[in-house]
Amino acid sequence: MTNPSLYAPREPIFPRRVSGFFRRLKWWIMGVTLAIYYLTPFIRWDRGPNLPDQAVLIDLASRRFYFFWIEIWPHEFYFVAGLLIMAGLGLFLFTSALGRVWCGYTCPQTVWTDLFILVERWIEGDRNARVRLHHAPWSFRKWRLRLTKWVVWLLIAVATGGAWVFYFTDAPQLARDLVSLNAAPVAYITIAILTLTTFVFGGFMREQVCIYMCPWPRIQAAMMDPDTITVAYREWRGEPRGKGNVRKRDRVAAEQAAKEAQAAGPGQARYAPTPYPNPKLQIGGAPQAEAATNEHGDCIDCMACVNVCPMGIDIRDGQQMECITCALCIDACDDVMDKIGKPRGLIDYMALSDEPAERAGGAPKPIWRHVLRPRTIVYTALWSCIGLALLYGLFIRSDIELTVSPQRNPTYVVQSDGSIRNIYDIRLRNKQGEARQFHLSLTSDALLRIELEGRQGQLNVPVPADTTVLQRVYVTARPQDAAATADRTDLRFWVEDLTTGDRAGRATTFNGRE
Amino acid sequence: MSDKKVDQETGVETTGHSWDGIEELNNPLPRWWLWTLYATIIWGVGYTIAYPAWPMISGATAGVLGYSTRGEVVQDIIDHDAKNSALVADLLETDIATLAPGDDLHRYAVARGGSVFRAQCSQCHGSGAAGAKGYPNLLDDAWLWGGDVENIAYSVRHGIRNLTDLDARYSEMPAFDELLEDAEIDAVVEYVVSLSAPEFDADIAAEGAVIYADNCSACHGENAMGDRELGAPNLSDAIWLYGGDRATLETTVRQARFGVMPAWGQRLSEEDVRAVSVYVHSLGGGE
Repeated sequence: MTNPSLYAPREPIFPRRVSGFFRRLKWWIMGVTLAIYYLTPFIRWDRGPNLPDQAVLIDLASRRFYFFWIEIWPHEFYFVAGLLIMAGLGLFLFTSALGRVWCGYTCPQTVWTDLFILVERWIEGDRNARVRLHHAPWSFRKWRLRLTKWVVWLLIAVATGGAWVFYFTDAPQLARDLVSLNAAPVAYITIAILTLTTFVFGGFMREQVCIYMCPWPRIQAAMMDPDTITVAYREWRGEPRGKGNVRKRDRVAAEQAAKEAQAAGPGQARYAPTPYPNPKLQIGGAPQAEAATNEHGDCIDCMACVNVCPMGIDIRDGQQMECITCALCIDACDDVMDKIGKPRGLIDYMALSDEPAERAGGAPKPIWRHVLRPRTIVYTALWSCIGLALLYGLFIRSDIELTVSPQRNPTYVVQSDGSIRNIYDIRLRNKQGEARQFHLSLTSDALLRIELEGRQGQLNVPVPADTTVLQRVYVTARPQDAAATADRTDLRFWVEDLTTGDRAGRATTFNGRE
Repeated sequence: MSDKKVDQETGVETTGHSWDGIEELNNPLPRWWLWTLYATIIWGVGYTIAYPAWPMISGATAGVLGYSTRGEVVQDIIDHDAKNSALVADLLETDIATLAPGDDLHRYAVARGGSVFRAQCSQCHGSGAAGAKGYPNLLDDAWLWGGDVENIAYSVRHGIRNLTDLDARYSEMPAFDELLEDAEIDAVVEYVVSLSAPEFDADIAAEGAVIYADNCSACHGENAMGDRELGAPNLSDAIWLYGGDRATLETTVRQARFGVMPAWGQRLSEEDVRAVSVYVHSLGGGE
């Protein structure tokens, strides 16, 4: 019995290089997502003379969010909330259909970790070299390699943090200011924090972020069911695992020995492989005595799938919380299957519900039968409803808007002729790039007179471009009007752009002498 | 503690505390944790030397940096005053009657005047300036002494019927309790009621009209429209400072009213007087 420990030190992971369809797909997605991240702030978008010309801009100072042709004001934040809900539902949809594809391909933690491992491999070599370096004592060479790696990581981290701040202000100007040390301190502080987190998360914490910090692996179990397409090991085909038949084993071993002898070169000590790392794997495994028989499955226990896994798991143990379905083990295994002349797909994207049929020799259900099921249909429906509602909201929203705040201290004022006056503060918003004249009016069942403070009988208010104007409005009921003696009277303010005919209204009440 | 107990499994000394047979191991604290503790102690000592910290009998230690939150507030106020000094100078030079809504100076005066009003005027006139019984409503269109910004500024600066400012607006209504018979008072009250209320006794009111003409019209005017020179209220409109019912009017006639407002020019700076006048004028009742 080993003594259970509260805290287990991290087992370092040295993912081996792999090539194949999914690895290529991951390179492409990495390139595209990084390009989007780094280039978006530099896309220009002409909005007219008084507005910023950055296509995507979060302007915190003047509280505007610009996204290409859409401009969001703070009171329209429900658009952002709606997009966040859609992002959440989209994650549910993809997870229930295709497992953790988000984690495996597009999650920033995955993308940057992948990038950092690429750098690591480039500087320190592939898995075996890295394992060797890890166990080697600190020498000049080790220091040189480590420092080079850290410097490159740091450069990537600075670029990552540096790109983020461009989303919040004019990017080309900020780039100049950053270089000439004229940018605001908050920009440098933000860059410093994001540099540090990128460096630590991508370089050192890696899969630990996914396993210990990220809540999504814990939630995703509730999104998945046996119909979810996920990365799995065809146990019925692979087990009992062994080194295949003796002839093939001998041939492979001979080739391997020759290759390693060639790689090691004359006169150099061969690297001694580490002992079998996971005792669990020997359950149902292949003792040497069995290797001679022909009762083995296709798995030759070569550990290729384990060696390439960036999460450090063995997919053959079944579904695990740590698996991010990045499919690198599929590429690695397919490669091995090709070499030993077995069909691909020992490790594959598959639905667990197909397992019994396949084991019995039948064909799996077509993919669309797995993807199209009540759960995914409900998610898609919800997602579409919110999306359509947001689109509808986007198209019906007016370029002019008003909010009405009735003065409640006091609720009404008696004038010397006995008439009753209410005061309202009306905010008029002009969301367009040019100045406009807004005409104010009101409708009510009762007869009421409207007056604008400081406008001498005028009912037009000029509102400059992209601005909110606060206008105080007096509404008066003469003593004989119904509104003067009633407790409350409904009324509605209207604002209209007389040149374009755009119109918006707000309901409020008029307080009379009770 | 001479007999130290040692846990068999781990070989770690125990604290001797035991609950339900479970004993507490006396493991050392993590090194980084201890160093953090020591660092905070050192930092804490340094902090109490650098900043005000230790309470004394009256006050507290000042700290070698000389920092205090009060000093910070004072500095903030000085900074703000410096920032606004140009606007204050403008406010003192400009004729406040010429300020128009929308001007920067008007906005500044309204903002400054609003805070002066809430601090100094709201006790009597209400935080919304709607007044109360005996304290005029500043939002309506009835002004005893005039409602343009200059008249408002004069009232603020010198006050009403106070004895501290020789330029204060001053007038006094006689108490008619001694001067008129009870029936005459009833009649004049009925006449005043008839000026604005729909229901009254026409015969008594007609008697009262004669008494009014003899005793009241000198100040309140022949048509009872009041006189701003004397601060005499208009008796024919819908606004009553003390109330327009018969009982209140009778009290007013018998005892007279004498509302006093302090001379704020003696208490406020000139810029505050100007600012609060502009603010009151901007509330909606200004003429």
